[in-house]
Amino acid sequence: METAHWLARGPDGPHLVGSRCTACGAVAFPPDPDHCRDPHCPGGPTEEAPLPRRGRVWSFTDCRYRPPPPFVPPTDPFEPFVLLAVELDGPGPIVLGQAPPGTDLSALRVGLPAELVEGTAAGPGGERHPVWHWRPLPADGPREEDR
Amino acid sequence: MSGGEVCVIGTGMHPWGKWGRPFTEYGAVAARAALADAGTDPGEVDFVSGAATVRGGYPGFVAGAVFARALGWRGQQVASSYAACASGAQAIAAARARLLAGLSDTALVVGADSAPKGFLAPLGGDRPDDPDWLRFRLLGAANPLYFALAARRRMELYGARPEDFAAVKAKNAAHGSANPRARYRARTTPEEVLASPVVADPLHLLDVCATSDGGAALVLVRTEDARRRGAGPVRVSGLSAAVPAYPVAEPEMPYLAGDPPRRGDGGRVTGAPRFRAANAHAAYEEAGVGPEDLDLAEVYDLSTAMELDWYEEIGLCPCGGAEKLLHEGATRVGGRIPVNPGGGLASFGEAVPAQGIAQVCEIADQLRGRAEAGRRVEGARVGIAVNQGLFGHGSATVLTR
Repeated sequence: METAHWLARGPDGPHLVGSRCTACGAVAFPPDPDHCRDPHCPGGPTEEAPLPRRGRVWSFTDCRYRPPPPFVPPTDPFEPFVLLAVELDGPGPIVLGQAPPGTDLSALRVGLPAELVEGTAAGPGGERHPVWHWRPLPADGPREEDR
Repeated sequence: MSGGEVCVIGTGMHPWGKWGRPFTEYGAVAARAALADAGTDPGEVDFVSGAATVRGGYPGFVAGAVFARALGWRGQQVASSYAACASGAQAIAAARARLLAGLSDTALVVGADSAPKGFLAPLGGDRPDDPDWLRFRLLGAANPLYFALAARRRMELYGARPEDFAAVKAKNAAHGSANPRARYRARTTPEEVLASPVVADPLHLLDVCATSDGGAALVLVRTEDARRRGAGPVRVSGLSAAVPAYPVAEPEMPYLAGDPPRRGDGGRVTGAPRFRAANAHAAYEEAGVGPEDLDLAEVYDLSTAMELDWYEEIGLCPCGGAEKLLHEGATRVGGRIPVNPGGGLASFGEAVPAQGIAQVCEIADQLRGRAEAGRRVEGARVGIAVNQGLFGHGSATVLTR
């Protein structure tokens, strides 16, 4: 699928590929090949930019009912899945993504670290598209804002 | 800044439900009711402003010309406005602009839809360049999941609980029970909300609004013409239907990501997007009023939790104060500032292009003292209607008497 190049592998593991404005440095995801989204930027060409593969859980939910097409359930019957909104390190943008199958919703908390892992999304002909998943990681001790 | 004002001189609605009839029918019923209410002959209408139906996040069926035909083609000027949930407000804005420019004298604003069953879904086909299509194919992120992410955020930031969300539904259901145009007329208890199945944690089925069939219409004229007609005019004193301002931290439906903080901004951007507050602020400013002047508000409760966000964004209380305001009873009919006295989306379900117009119908009827007992806001003079939808659309409309 056309979105395959949004995902790449670097020395530390898989990461998202966004775009960076060569004039002001603003990043965007999904990548915007044409222009900077910041209206205050004089504008310049954009370049591909690897995005941090880690971030913090900004919010989370799950989906208990089968969404309508073009979603294709990867299993029959449909299994609920967890959706995370992760604020990339930097701070970068908040990016939505499913959690890997089997992720326990009850263990999730806002602020937990999370990292990108490779997953797949099902297509209508039984094919699988590469997609990013956010894997929540164990808490790493008190955060600055908790002190 | 204002180049004059326009007034609502007639309101009309087709009852909300799941009737399974063509949307044009609902629009025509609502339009005829609005014209009768205004005492306006259909032949006087020289501008028909249609709010476009929505299919798969995009304009669906033709609106302005089809409504005009249902009422009889008379060579009226027409326009169709698409702005997702704010389509009705944009249709009002188009009518207002044309009236104030002196290009038309009597405008009919109409919105109606026959909603498909179940989750709102994107258009079919293989369209990976459409973010609305992609969010389903890649993530399965149906609308309630976005509402749920915002609700969870509210729990994290302000300690909100599912019990608070359920109390919003109970309040709105009580209001809706007194509204003959509402689809759901039964009172609901918080316990019933919490016992309903979870759709997207932390939201239950009864926390999330349904999709409905319905139609709503308004007759608008310039204020001086309204006075000449002797109508008790309800003035459209402020209206903003602006897009957000970059950077928007929270991923807006249907997008997969938000914007990063601008370099040099320093402070962290958290919480709900500020653009909803910005539309309300712009409408207040144009109207020359503030939240302290409000007698009632109609806010877009796509979810119960979202209603609480609105309290703060339209300035009824500071951030984090919505739960207290709710539990004090301030936002109930009879309270200091009733919110969704018409019953809100909780009692109507959403008929997307009609909903923004229905919000204005409710406020206009309240300001004219015509709402039924049980949801009437006595002596109301100032109200605001606000909504938000797909692709960064949203609006705020201030009405005064």
